[in-house]
Amino acid sequence: MSSALELRHVSKTYGSGPTEVHALSDVDLTVERGELVAVMGPSGSGKSTLLTIAGSLEETTSGQVLVDGTDLSTVSRSDRAKMRRRSIGYVFQDFNLLPGLKAIENVTLPLELDGVSSKPARVAALEAMEKLDIADRKDRYPDELSGGERQRVAIARAIVGGRGLLLADEPTGALDSVNGEGVMRLLRAATHRGVAGVVVTHEAQLASWADRVVFLRDGHIVDQTAAPPGPESLLAAGDR
Amino acid sequence: MSVPHALLALLSAGPKYGLRLQTEFEARTGEVWPLNVGQVYTTLQRLERDGLVETDDVEGERSRKRYKITREGGRDLADWLRTPPDLVPPPRDELVIKVLVALEVPGTDVHEILQVHRRHVVEVMQRYTRVKAAAGEDDVALSLVADAELFRLEGIVRWLDAADVRLKQLPRLAPAQVVELIPEPTAEMEVSQ
Repeated sequence: MSSALELRHVSKTYGSGPTEVHALSDVDLTVERGELVAVMGPSGSGKSTLLTIAGSLEETTSGQVLVDGTDLSTVSRSDRAKMRRRSIGYVFQDFNLLPGLKAIENVTLPLELDGVSSKPARVAALEAMEKLDIADRKDRYPDELSGGERQRVAIARAIVGGRGLLLADEPTGALDSVNGEGVMRLLRAATHRGVAGVVVTHEAQLASWADRVVFLRDGHIVDQTAAPPGPESLLAAGDR
Repeated sequence: MSVPHALLALLSAGPKYGLRLQTEFEARTGEVWPLNVGQVYTTLQRLERDGLVETDDVEGERSRKRYKITREGGRDLADWLRTPPDLVPPPRDELVIKVLVALEVPGTDVHEILQVHRRHVVEVMQRYTRVKAAAGEDDVALSLVADAELFRLEGIVRWLDAADVRLKQLPRLAPAQVVELIPEPTAEMEVSQ
């Protein structure tokens, strides 16, 4: 079976001549279903560019992006937009909920934009909201929700309708550390139910919720963490 | 970790046998700090000698003894809770020294050295986070223990990140300057050890 997301030799350059900036250089990254990968790097390392390219919001300068095995460069612009609506969910730092819509309407929005009629869209939205334990807030407006609740709604919107790829850009940025941890627990749970997840962050504590941490520096992937040895290895460290 | 005070704290909830103390200690610290039963009895013996705990069965086998905290033990525990821990760092942090020394070794890419340590620390953080994830949000004691380690380790990663940026801004630091950066131990530092 093909991977949920595959970046092959992806490079992205902005500008040309003396103002040329290499945001990404020869990046290879594969993310499987059920796996949460954190991309960690300082500001300006290319994290956000990597995410927008993975989500087909931007095109590569060279290299290939495959979502569910489909090379995005081989499909038409409209098919790419359809893939973006159906297969990929985004979670942003500042939630990006529409203030004039109720929580459940924010969650149904991507389905309705995709032509799903309102009744099945509502059923799918409620299901996603139940998974995130936020269904009881469905009729509240964003400004009637706490920061943590808003982010739950944003994650519900990202996974609604069985999206297979979840992309998150500093998803806990506006929250304190305990609520931020709550968001990472939810993202981890969502990916372990079979979604592929990519989180970009500069914070090591958030990155440590991922199954694998990839380190980005100056547009290059320079390193990644080894396969997890499990918690028992902490005990083997002996007495303190 | 102060084992004697942890045991006094567990006894402040009521008298207990040594074995029970061991299992409760490990449960409350999320098994991050393992403690063998021998350590428990040695510590209890010392606490008894100092008058901080007492047992009703002076002559019996140690596993049959039930320990309880004395009034003096309660006072000692209350004092300890309010005494600030020693926050003076060790005078020579091994990682800091390694990075400073790396600056001096010809042909060494310090950024690569920083990344080796960054990856290692993040891997350790992943293990603590997995302990926390497996335990669930309602296990407060374990979350507190794991958080303490995670914040400490995150501090190291942040130091490595800052070092990366500083070294990029100062690409050519002369070796002589580097040597001056390594502190000689002072009398004050020795005392803190």
